[in-house]
Amino acid sequence: MTKYRLFLGLLAVEMATLLCLYGLGAVRLSRRAPDIVVLQEMAAGLMLTDLAIWSEATYARHPSQADLFSPFQEYPSAIEHFPSGSILAPPFGMRSGGHE
Amino acid sequence: MSKHLKILEFVLSSLLRRKIKNLGIVAVFSFVVFILASILFLTHAFKTESLAILEGAPELIVHKIAGGRHDLTALRYGDEIAKIPGVGRVLPRYWGYYYDASTGANYTVMGATEAPRSTLELVRGSFIEAGQRGVCVLGEGVAEVRLAGVNGTVPIMGADGELYRFKVVGVFRDLSALLTNDLILVAPEDIREIFDMPPDVATDIVVQVFNPSEVANVAKKIKYRFPELRPITRTEILRTYETLFSWRSGLVILMFLGALVAFGILAWDKATGLSGEEKKEIGILKAIGWETSDILALKFWEGAVLSLVSFLAGLIAAYAHVFFFGASVFAPALKGWSVIFPDFRLLPYIDPYQIFVLIFLTVVPYIAATIVPSWKTAITDPDVVMRG
Repeated sequence: MTKYRLFLGLLAVEMATLLCLYGLGAVRLSRRAPDIVVLQEMAAGLMLTDLAIWSEATYARHPSQADLFSPFQEYPSAIEHFPSGSILAPPFGMRSGGHE
Repeated sequence: MSKHLKILEFVLSSLLRRKIKNLGIVAVFSFVVFILASILFLTHAFKTESLAILEGAPELIVHKIAGGRHDLTALRYGDEIAKIPGVGRVLPRYWGYYYDASTGANYTVMGATEAPRSTLELVRGSFIEAGQRGVCVLGEGVAEVRLAGVNGTVPIMGADGELYRFKVVGVFRDLSALLTNDLILVAPEDIREIFDMPPDVATDIVVQVFNPSEVANVAKKIKYRFPELRPITRTEILRTYETLFSWRSGLVILMFLGALVAFGILAWDKATGLSGEEKKEIGILKAIGWETSDILALKFWEGAVLSLVSFLAGLIAAYAHVFFFGASVFAPALKGWSVIFPDFRLLPYIDPYQIFVLIFLTVVPYIAATIVPSWKTAITDPDVVMRG
């Protein structure tokens, strides 16, 4: 009758790890809460409308101002213009960040 | 209770007899949970953090549309908009994109002269002062890719073909990377000069509305009075980000569709029938006096042992992957073609609802798939089962 003890022990360790991570996350969230306020103030002060995550295209950099009216629509949920867009990889130079 | 512990002991011995097969199931199950949980954690954290930050975005911006495309906005619109009741300050924004051929990166160049005190704390060095020309503040991503620090210089090729050199007076700290990573802030006069903007236009106009519940009304009035203008409210910005992250997560899920299909086949294989050996085992147990309910308890524990261990392992790995390692597995999909990409450390926003959804998508079907065929076998005569 030792295997079930080992199993329950393993389950307890997994649960404890998850709870610890959750607890650490909660602490991190409460510590970073003032930072979010600072970033809100920054967005307001510098009049920023979008996040600087993707800079590959205008509609990815400023999704909130993406073009909705042009014949070839450009916004993140738009259907791909050309089938090649889903097959072609970015050019080598672009991936390495250097010259093409 | 002790009966269930004995059944659990029996289940574990039985599972250990088929070590390789069951370890394979645990690995595949954990991987599927890891992928699904990573996607859910990542998109939820992204969405929550961006929506929280963009609560500070301007409540209304207006830009001109010409021929269906974004066009420069005449400052005279600002004077007219300021006359609408309920409108406070009307400020022009000067910004544009700059492709840096030497690094292959796109930057966002923006005019700015004043920043809130809290923002200044996020800048290494100093900020642009009113009237100061030829200086800039860089986002961390730009500083990194250009190898430029405070007191360094950044050249920008102007619309007239001239090279303008800007002295770096400050660099944003990484804390603000989600907002400033690709930004180059310069004086508004400088940006007008490098982009050759006429003096009577701006890129767009920020409109302050005193009463938040009037923003939609003001936007409607602007659209009615100036059909060529496009007003964008903060609510629309936030809605865009909500849908944006749902779409991105859809794309990543598509990439791992293969793994999901493999898991589906595994569950289907279990659900559609037991192996001859498993049927024989159930027949023997029935023959030595086990009740149908005992067989069902046995199979329940078998499914529970495998799925719970795998589910928790997958969940822990997904948490560490997203919140400690910046979702490095998804980096190629998330990064896309961007040359500069913020080194973000997302805050661990977790929605318990999503964890319950994951349980119902993975653990519950797996346990059901284990019990149902066993129940069919357990209600058959042991003699028939053992003879096959």
